[in-house]
Amino acid sequence: MKLIDKMIQCSINNINVTVEKGTTILEAAKKVGIHIPTLCHLNLADFGVVNQNANCRVCVVENEKTHRLVPSCAEEVVDGMRIQTDSLKAVMGRRTNLELLLSNHPQDCLTCVKSLDCELQSLAHELNIKEIHYQGEKMNHPIDLTSFGITKDTNKCIMCRRCVTMCNDIQTVGVLSPLKRGFDSVVATAFHLDLAQTSCTYCGQCVSVCPTGALAEMNDSPKVWRALNNPRKHVIAQVAPAVRAAIGEEFGYDAGTILTGKVVSGLKRLGFDEIYDTNFGADLTIIEEATELVDRIQNNKTLPMLTSCCPAWVQFIEHQFPELLDVPSSCKSPQQMVGVLTKTYYAEKNNVDPKDIVMVSVMPCVAKKAEAAREELNKDGLSDVDYVVTTRELAKMLKEAAIDFKKLPDTNFDILLGESTGAAAIFGTTGGVIEAATRTAYEMITGKELKEVNFKQMRGIEGIREAKVKIDDLELNIGIAHGLGNARKLLEDIRDGKSDFHAIEIMACPGGCIGGGGQPYHRGDIEILKKRQKALYDLDKNMPKRKSHENEMVMKLYEDYLGSPGSHRAHELLHTSYSEKQRI
Amino acid sequence: MKNKIMDMSTLDKRLLKELDDYINSLDGDKQEHLILVLHKAQELFGYLPQNLQLYVARKLNLSSARVNGVVTFYSFFNEEPVGKYRISVCMGTACFVKGADKVLERVQDLLKIQKDRISEDGLFTINDVRCIGACGLAPVLTVNDKVYGKVKPNDVDDIIRYYRGLENENS
Ligand code: SF4
Ligand code: SF4
Ligand code: SF4
Ligand code: FES
Ligand code: FES
Repeated sequence: MKLIDKMIQCSINNINVTVEKGTTILEAAKKVGIHIPTLCHLNLADFGVVNQNANCRVCVVENEKTHRLVPSCAEEVVDGMRIQTDSLKAVMGRRTNLELLLSNHPQDCLTCVKSLDCELQSLAHELNIKEIHYQGEKMNHPIDLTSFGITKDTNKCIMCRRCVTMCNDIQTVGVLSPLKRGFDSVVATAFHLDLAQTSCTYCGQCVSVCPTGALAEMNDSPKVWRALNNPRKHVIAQVAPAVRAAIGEEFGYDAGTILTGKVVSGLKRLGFDEIYDTNFGADLTIIEEATELVDRIQNNKTLPMLTSCCPAWVQFIEHQFPELLDVPSSCKSPQQMVGVLTKTYYAEKNNVDPKDIVMVSVMPCVAKKAEAAREELNKDGLSDVDYVVTTRELAKMLKEAAIDFKKLPDTNFDILLGESTGAAAIFGTTGGVIEAATRTAYEMITGKELKEVNFKQMRGIEGIREAKVKIDDLELNIGIAHGLGNARKLLEDIRDGKSDFHAIEIMACPGGCIGGGGQPYHRGDIEILKKRQKALYDLDKNMPKRKSHENEMVMKLYEDYLGSPGSHRAHELLHTSYSEKQRI
Repeated sequence: MKNKIMDMSTLDKRLLKELDDYINSLDGDKQEHLILVLHKAQELFGYLPQNLQLYVARKLNLSSARVNGVVTFYSFFNEEPVGKYRISVCMGTACFVKGADKVLERVQDLLKIQKDRISEDGLFTINDVRCIGACGLAPVLTVNDKVYGKVKPNDVDDIIRYYRGLENENS
């Protein structure tokens, strides 16, 4: 009885649909396979919010009874409603609204960073816009190029507010907001400050949801081309775990196709001298981090310990919780560890002047660009990492070089910093880092072999997860959060003394790095994230070695160069520090 | 690299204390009272400089972007000091066609300031507005609540002289 009360009937293009009360016209139409174009609307329901402020009006449809146009993304179905999505009025209405949006848009698609990834552009194509009948006054805002990670070109903003929803509701950073109103309104930072002056974490999630070129990652590929073209430079690449599970999407593969071998070949063809695996750095991170965790537990030092491999999350704690700067592990992230080792270990072994080495990381991440530029990681004029390109940028470089990615053979990483275990493979997903750390910490504490390496309770996609692991007499309490809003909740508990976790893994991006700000656009489709995630767990499952401390080349590195885990030398090279950042 | 927005030392301590007391006196979720708090702050300080907005944001645990968004949304909040007499020149289509830009230019010349600024004596601020719905009188200029229609650039001299005169009488 109750259920029936809640169901209502409507007709869309003369097809009857029964839906629950509260369903929008857009959702109802989808149910019967009718497509309605949308722009500002973005369903991030899987991350807990829907951007639905209905201000672009590109999704209007005609209400047959009133003959009025209504925005289908926000208007809810009422009983007996009759809708036409393809009446002349609806079609013309959508076209007019899109033309109005285009009328003040800088029409420089040819050279725009988002070209062919831009939803405004594809909509213009879909709605067959060949002429724009209105002349709008163009905006004239300076382009913000101050941050190392993100460019903001307000002139390309269509005021959809997706970024505002992302930055405020999901990430709770609150850097972006609509300012002013009416004709003058813009989406901007407080007081129009440059991003570099705000508490932006450079997570890049706003870039992932921005439908236009208004928000984009800093394009670092020209610098990489220049380095590759310089015969005096020794150019080395490293590839992060999440890249291999997503880059295929840029070349027509299904989400979650692992393409490590092709990426390595592609980089070789681009002219890199050595190609190393960030996963090697991940294994090394785990050994250092597990050593630190065991030390903190056994010697009653600060707990919980928080993972520190996500730079956006580090930036977040520096801005928002400066009183908690002793909780993150002091370990550098895997990218920085591999970076510093190329400039020291590799350089010494091969007799190369570190100044001639250019370290380029391929990352799923926008924040890694800002991380590479951190002062702490650029000592004595030598940076651990010189340039960072995202998964998307690498795909573009390969296309630019006319490399037929699908036809590339599989090649292995170069040997010195190229070996990795299954534990490193799962670094790219939420829950993976802490599972990897647990595998190693277990054996460090007990001295016994860990038989069951799969900690299923740490896996999944829920925003906050908990797990308990018995290690002899110790019950290890593990917390996991991804998305900065979820991280905030765990941090508030720590601040208020309500947290009983020993260790917490935090990733700024929903899904972890598989959903990073530099990955192929997934537009809130959690199925894509799940496929990328599964691919990484499968990779782990099929590896002969699945514990970081079984990585022979890492062990050799300790033997030849670092001494033991946590040694003075290891601290010098592999650890870092954090400092309070001002917050605006 | 300290940003001057973060510098609260230019804000009068006594007034800040009053603002704090006001915020503490509010019931319930203080964030909901943002607009009230901003009104109070403007009443105390005369306008809402950026560091004061940041102060309010921190007090209420809101992002400064959000606070700045609200301040710039409502025309009754001022980010810049405002003169006793606020001169607004309508730049709507009808007024523009009838030469509102010349009127604005004249106001700026006479007061020796650009729009959105305050004159040296603190008496006048100038801004431009969009259509105020008096197109029949275009071009239109307002001083506080008073509307002047069919204004020619030369009329501006008289208008300003009038308000200066008022001041002299008062003093
Ligand atoms: S990068 Fe992240 S923190 Fe910075 S504005 Fe975008 S969503 Fe907000
Ligand atoms: S910057 Fe991009 S996401 Fe943000 S409102 Fe503008 S168009 Fe939308
Ligand atoms: S979760 Fe990964 S991709 Fe996202 S900001 Fe952190 S390190 Fe970068
Ligand atoms: S998509 Fe519906 S109003 Fe923008
Ligand atoms: S345009 Fe100035 S009042 Fe309408």
